[in-house]
Amino acid sequence: MHATVRRLARSALLILALLTALPVLTTVARAQDISGALAKLTTDSYADTVEAIGQLAASGHPRAAAIVQGIQDGKLEFDAASKTVALRTAAGLVDAAKGEALASPPAGLSPVRANNRVRGVLAAAMGSLTLMSPDPAKRREAAEAVYKSRDAGALATLEAAIPKEADTRVRAAFDAARAAIVLYKTDATEDARVAASEVLKARGDQDAVATLRGLPGDTPKRVRDAAEGAAKAIETSLAMWASVQNAVYGVSLGSVLLLAAIGLAITFGVMGIINMAHGEMVMLGAYTTFVVQEVIRTHAPGLFDWSLAIAIPLAFLVSGAVGVAIERTIIRFLYGRPLETLLATWGLSLILQQTVRTIFGANNREVGAPSWMSGSFEFGNLTMTWGRLWIVVFAMAVFVGLIMILKKTPAGLQMRAVTQNRAMASAMGIRTPFVDALTFGLGCGIAGIAGVALSQIDNVSPNLGQSYIIDSFMVVVFGGVGNLWGTLVGALTLGVVNKFLEPFAGAVLGKILVLVFIILFIQKRPRGLFALKGRAVDA
Amino acid sequence: MITHFLMNGLDARVRIALVVIVAIAILVPASNLLLPPSSPFHVPTYLVTLFGKYATYAVLALALDLVWGYCGILSLGHGAFFALGGYAMGMYLMRQIGTRGVYGNPILPDFMVFLNWKELPWYWYGFDHFAFAMVMVVLVPGILAFVFGWFAFRSRVTGVYLSIITQALTYALLLAFFRNDMGFGGNNGLTDFKDIVGFNVQAQGTRASLFALSCLLVAAGLVLTAAIVNSKLGKVLIAIRDAESRTRFIGYRVATYKTFVFTVSAMLAGLAGALYVPQVGIINPSEFSPGNSIEAVIWVAVGGRGTLVGAIVGAVAVNWGKTWFTGVLPSFWLFALGGLFVLVTLFLPKGIVGTWSEWRAKRRAAPPADATPAPAE
Repeated sequence: MHATVRRLARSALLILALLTALPVLTTVARAQDISGALAKLTTDSYADTVEAIGQLAASGHPRAAAIVQGIQDGKLEFDAASKTVALRTAAGLVDAAKGEALASPPAGLSPVRANNRVRGVLAAAMGSLTLMSPDPAKRREAAEAVYKSRDAGALATLEAAIPKEADTRVRAAFDAARAAIVLYKTDATEDARVAASEVLKARGDQDAVATLRGLPGDTPKRVRDAAEGAAKAIETSLAMWASVQNAVYGVSLGSVLLLAAIGLAITFGVMGIINMAHGEMVMLGAYTTFVVQEVIRTHAPGLFDWSLAIAIPLAFLVSGAVGVAIERTIIRFLYGRPLETLLATWGLSLILQQTVRTIFGANNREVGAPSWMSGSFEFGNLTMTWGRLWIVVFAMAVFVGLIMILKKTPAGLQMRAVTQNRAMASAMGIRTPFVDALTFGLGCGIAGIAGVALSQIDNVSPNLGQSYIIDSFMVVVFGGVGNLWGTLVGALTLGVVNKFLEPFAGAVLGKILVLVFIILFIQKRPRGLFALKGRAVDA
Repeated sequence: MITHFLMNGLDARVRIALVVIVAIAILVPASNLLLPPSSPFHVPTYLVTLFGKYATYAVLALALDLVWGYCGILSLGHGAFFALGGYAMGMYLMRQIGTRGVYGNPILPDFMVFLNWKELPWYWYGFDHFAFAMVMVVLVPGILAFVFGWFAFRSRVTGVYLSIITQALTYALLLAFFRNDMGFGGNNGLTDFKDIVGFNVQAQGTRASLFALSCLLVAAGLVLTAAIVNSKLGKVLIAIRDAESRTRFIGYRVATYKTFVFTVSAMLAGLAGALYVPQVGIINPSEFSPGNSIEAVIWVAVGGRGTLVGAIVGAVAVNWGKTWFTGVLPSFWLFALGGLFVLVTLFLPKGIVGTWSEWRAKRRAAPPADATPAPAE
């Protein structure tokens, strides 16, 4: 049987090569190939059926797979007198070769029968038909199926196909499938089996470990040791990749936290204002993105890829303007009374939420991703979406930009002066109320920018902000109030810790543990990770 | 001696409030049970339950006023103690269902049968006894508050930091109670109660009694908190509120005082939660949501921080407004509540009761000696 399959596979490859080289002749060649095979199917002899299946598998005819499948399912029927072969489908009888409905089906149709020998050939033919499929995805799928079944019958086809395979990923799948078969083949040489375990090591996933560990007890010791060694090596590398993945995902989560918290680091950290409406500034930014995209969709669809770039300054302006308005009308009356500020801004957050709910409705709004942010890429063993990567980049850019504003611009200098010593700054001629409004507006505007980014990974709903407010405060308090670098370290630490806890604690419990950790941490260092040094008793 | 304390130990405002509360505790159930529904003075049962709910909120507000108004501890997590008390009561009520549940399991509550649990978790033991459950109602919030306060106050976590970590505490509990593995019914919480100490929770008589009990709890809570704040201990608390460092330097152990008052307040909140649950008929994790705790703060702020009676007035007034608004203009309630937060902090920092006593004191043209000291924060 192996010899037959090998022969079939070789001829199949030859024909495939011919077909690709001479596309003009394909229809003629196929028609000739398949008619002989179909004729053999009408003789009602197992030997002829086996031969016909071989020819079909080798033909490369587009209908071949359907016909072989038909025999397997018992749906292929024939009439010996008129030499008709027909496939019974849900829509009725169709001509096996042409795939068209039969105009006048003969009366005495009977199914093509199969015994165990025919079934064995059928399975191999199906395998090689898909292994030969012109679609690389199908070929890979077939190789995976062979890998799982470790069907020795497919070995010949694989060995024939491997040298011809151009697609590297399919090639790797073929190699792994072949190795899996050889590893379990009791009549293969020990050297070949040891080599096979090395190939499986290159595959390097959990399936490979299972295959390597599943060897029966009577396997020669050398093969078993090689397999165990390969399995161990895979496990080590998997554990390493899992850590890398946790770290990368943690940094990704940390950047989200950083984006959400960095505006708060200005309003709470630098100015000491407890802005409970901070989350709503983020939400306003997300809704700005939604509105920008709606306008673009209706008026200038070509600009869609630029929608986020357009939304960023707008979101900064919208949230910043709302922030300045809040500072001028409410917060300036409450300086020095942090708990009252907390209550008033909480009330504001309710009002803002309800306003947005009244205008846009309570349901989630659809914010699309530009083409350069959708999709994902693979790096080693981990998959990362472009959106996540861009958010990491964006968070860092916002952070650096904010540091630059505070450290390098005159406005930043004034902001720092006012927050460090209000009376002295005022005496030096700085308009402190103006700087207050500006600083608060800056913090809120940054929150709006964060909203643009978060609209890509979270549901845009009126409750968007609420889900970030507690996390943001945790980040700022953990990192140390009044210190932007502390916020950066705090956000990344919490993100990474969260992701490392998740695998064995679960997402929710991991979050609870992080909260408890922060509560305990604040007991130990009430001023956060990087506290500002000072001598004040009542800070 | 108790009479002497009630007559002389309390100021006039508290005495008047006590008389009114006790009168309500007697008159409302009486009119509900004794008068025919046709009578104009009959109070329908749904209103009795509604007012009963307000009364439990009033106790929560009292508890919060004790720590915030008199000790400067703005807890944004008092809802957690309220909910823990509620869960302890809910567990007792669940065990009382017995075989009347959907699955008819005599030991396991329905949700455990549904989750395929085989036996009762250890922390559910004992909750079939009413007395044990009542001890837990006070003990669980008390122990949590004690441990939390012990760590927080000894480390001198104050002001907004404390507010934020109390909020994190209730948020962590919210997430925890949402988990099915916790064994508290997950998302759905505990509900479908049948009996409380042998009486049907749905029955008119039970509801009237629960209302009367809630009112009496308000009265008892008022006496307790008034006794604390008017004692020498209360003077130290007020000193801590107004000048914590100075109090510490004089030689008082600030952390001990704070831990004590925080724990007492949490126990009171737990009791309020325990009476809340049989009246509303359900307890679920949403009671832990940080929003609820902040809402309780606004009750105190509206009524008047540091006035005790104001906390009760504020809780009833705000919740009555909520009921009215959600009936008439549902989408405007959040605007109204949000506006209330802003307006009260900006224009009415002393709350209704505080502003009223100030106004009365001014009208008498006497120095405002008996007026509540303005909370400095």
